[in-house]
Amino acid sequence: MSSEVRLFIDGAEFRVPAGISVAAALRHAGYEATRRAFDASPRAAFCGMGVCFECRVRIDGSERLGCLERVTDDMDIRCDA
Amino acid sequence: MPELRTEILVIGAGPAGIAAAVSAERAGARALLVDMQAEPGGQIWRGQWARPTLAPARQWLDALRGSPVDARYGLRLVDFAEPGLAVFDTAQGAVRVRCERLVIATGARERQLPFPGWTLPGVFGAGGLQVLVKNGWPVKGRRVVVAGSGPLLLAAAATLRAAGAEIACIAEQRRTRDLARFALSLAPNPGKCLQAAILRTKLAGVPYRRNAWVERADGAGRVESICLRRGARSERIECDALAVGFGLVPNTEIARLLGCALHDGAVVVDEHQHSSVPGVYCAGEICGIGGVDQALVQGEIAGRAAAGAATASFRLNIARSRSAHFARALRDAFVLRDELRNLAGDDTLLCRCENVTFAQVRGCRSQREARLHARLGMGHCQARICGAAGEFLFGWDAEATVRPPLAPSRLSCFTVVRSESTRQESP
Ligand SMILES: Cc1cc2nc3c(=O)[nH]c(=O)nc-3n(C[C@H](O)[C@H](O)[C@H](O)COP(=O)(O)OP(=O)(O)OC[C@H]3O[C@@H](n4cnc5c(N)ncnc54)[C@H](O)[C@@H]3O)c2cc1C
Ligand code: FES
Repeated sequence: MSSEVRLFIDGAEFRVPAGISVAAALRHAGYEATRRAFDASPRAAFCGMGVCFECRVRIDGSERLGCLERVTDDMDIRCDA
Repeated sequence: MPELRTEILVIGAGPAGIAAAVSAERAGARALLVDMQAEPGGQIWRGQWARPTLAPARQWLDALRGSPVDARYGLRLVDFAEPGLAVFDTAQGAVRVRCERLVIATGARERQLPFPGWTLPGVFGAGGLQVLVKNGWPVKGRRVVVAGSGPLLLAAAATLRAAGAEIACIAEQRRTRDLARFALSLAPNPGKCLQAAILRTKLAGVPYRRNAWVERADGAGRVESICLRRGARSERIECDALAVGFGLVPNTEIARLLGCALHDGAVVVDEHQHSSVPGVYCAGEICGIGGVDQALVQGEIAGRAAAGAATASFRLNIARSRSAHFARALRDAFVLRDELRNLAGDDTLLCRCENVTFAQVRGCRSQREARLHARLGMGHCQARICGAAGEFLFGWDAEATVRPPLAPSRLSCFTVVRSESTRQESP
């Protein structure tokens, strides 16, 4: 098993440690916020456990929670959920 | 659409659910264990599946590996199409599970109390940041304030520090007197005393402030500083992150959907962990906050009972009454102080999902009224965060509202529920 995976965030390529959550991968990639609220205020992971839905992103086309999903090779993550 | 069948469906693969599924199989039943996370372990044993470092985690996760339990992850229960037919949301679409009996072990979440700045990136739950870090969230070299109430603050701070964070301080809202009483109440429980001693060592040199709470968080686009209140004094502390939580509340949505009776926000169970609904057992934090030891013993009892092996066990009964003692001490010691009701300003958000401010719900007498009037709790999280806040802040009854689906789900989940089934109300 390789210790890194390669994935894409908003179209750009990143390498992150294998086995981490998508939320953690976004932080590794330098993202502070991963979502905008109605008033455009920035939001990011908050509860860490699938309760608040603040960490939602689009993964390979469908809306998922970044804190519950693990990174996989060639994953396509988009911060427009 | 895939449909699975099992004798006993266990929802939640934390300590309680793992113990229930393994014990049910040992007692001769077939069990299917599901969790919405990617791995088993629940909150306390996050990240232990791949690399166990805690002895009880290793013991139970090995038992799960070696048992014939059918365990599946990435499945979130969102509804029951009919009694005994559970509907799950997964990354690949909906999955249904038909079962004869159910063990609900969905654990607890943190109570959050809104204050100005609480929606800024970099503000997390205390246990929230802890579990994010256990799944690889980087905090090395970051300066973190840990605040709120309860023993979870210490466990969280220890995890963050071990991962390389600098803990600026731990702020506990409770008075010194109550904390001393809590420490004394641990005396008859050598396991808890040892845990406390280990935490003290891991946190040596970290400032621990009692009678202190965060009043606000500030920053441009992310948290850069917080204000900490202690009596008449308010102190600004610069930080990269704030990890804040005010104790735990049981995740009772599924139990409520099925009609299980609740008391004080927790599911009511008998000595076999059986709820008020026939065939529905509950175990762990959803039966009242009591920590991992209580979750394990209740899980064992529930699993055996669901498998039809409900003979009283002396060992389990003793273990259960000991953990109930700890649960009571916990609840009595960390009562939230009144000042925490006045942190929010008019324009502070109460509902993060729908951006509902405190001013917008002024005058509302219930969670329901605030929902109808201002869309409070109508967003993605379905009042999981603002409900627990409203309960403490305004005395609203958060238990009153639960509607399927229990999470925003794909259309495919709805299709099952609406067209294929003759929808009946659960007993
Ligand atoms: C964020 C957090 C961190 C914590 N950290 C610690 C710690 O470090 N030390 C400590 O002693 N205690 C900790 N606790 C306390 C913890 O609640 C208990 O120690 C213990 O984990 C409780 O076990 P449990 O099996 O009852 O629940 P949990 O461990 O919470 O397990 C419940 C499981 O149910 C799953 N679930 C919930 N709803 C659904 C659904 N609809 N569909 C599918 N699966 C679902 C969850 O994903 C979770 O894995 C923490 C609690 C929280 C909330
Ligand atoms: S951080 Fe709350 S749901 Fe992921």
